[in-house]
Amino acid sequence: MDRNFKQQLMGYLTGNFSCQDIAELITDYLEGSFTLTQRLRFQMHIGLCVACRNYLRQMKYTVAILRKLPAEPVPPHMKEELLKRFRTWKHEQPSSGSSSDS
Amino acid sequence: MVLFVWPWPSRLFIMLGVPTLQEIIQLDEAGLVEALQRGDDAVFTVVMDWYSGSLLRLAMAYVPSRAVAEEVVQETWMGVLEGIARFEGRSSFKTWLFRILTNRAKTRGTRERRYEPFGLPGSDFEGDEGPSFEDSLFVAEGSGKGYWIDPPQGWEPDTPERALLSKECRTAIEVAINGLPDTQRQVITLRDVEGVSAEEVCNILTISETNQRVLLHRARTKVRRVLDPYVRGGNL
Repeated sequence: MDRNFKQQLMGYLTGNFSCQDIAELITDYLEGSFTLTQRLRFQMHIGLCVACRNYLRQMKYTVAILRKLPAEPVPPHMKEELLKRFRTWKHEQPSSGSSSDS
Repeated sequence: MVLFVWPWPSRLFIMLGVPTLQEIIQLDEAGLVEALQRGDDAVFTVVMDWYSGSLLRLAMAYVPSRAVAEEVVQETWMGVLEGIARFEGRSSFKTWLFRILTNRAKTRGTRERRYEPFGLPGSDFEGDEGPSFEDSLFVAEGSGKGYWIDPPQGWEPDTPERALLSKECRTAIEVAINGLPDTQRQVITLRDVEGVSAEEVCNILTISETNQRVLLHRARTKVRRVLDPYVRGGNL
């Protein structure tokens, strides 16, 4: 399809959301901060434009990758130190102290 | 024979829906707070194990070194013990915990001359203003204005798995996050890496919903840019 014609058609159908607008608004879309009309226009553009559809998917995958990054390792000496401080704190408490250890 | 039998008790627990201590704590926040108030070692150990990695990651977005971040996390837990008796549950325990961390990390970061609060001159806060960093990806003028110069390619559905398996790619992501302006790094760490909700992030970092979204968007865009050559180049 001729690129100019395609852009004109998309501009008409999507209320002139350009690809750049889509890229800049993608987080607003994913965060659900759009009105219904904006959402429909956005989805219309995504439905018609392979490049933006790819970009949306890339952003979703980026978030998925970030969400599954391995946890930051906590050094064992730090845990031991914290537990030691916790026990000291517990014994310094006025009334609780020895009440319970599960 | 033993090899066939040994996993069954734990599988049986899973099938019967017996919750782990972590699940119990997650479901029963009042119980968690009460257990910490009375000094329950086991609960403290689980909670500390569970949250310290996340706290450490966030602390590193404020202070210049891992060693200082570890100290900040220790101070945070001490802050939790000091304040737990007065915790009233007006926010979730997690939000409260992260807020203690951000307060201590800010103080520490300022002392270490790295962190500058939002909005002050010279701070790295990037609001809605200024030219978009996405400009270079699009045709600037003429009939194709606003159209992709180099249209994004499709990433295969198994991209996240492959990216996470590649040590080189994981390192590149970590470097990209570490290189972000502090405020963007704080938001993306909480939202995407730690999976905290938008509302909680606004409460923890005391920023508006709009700022949260702008910072998140900029951070995500930069991380995606770093990832793209790995995926496209078939380096995963």
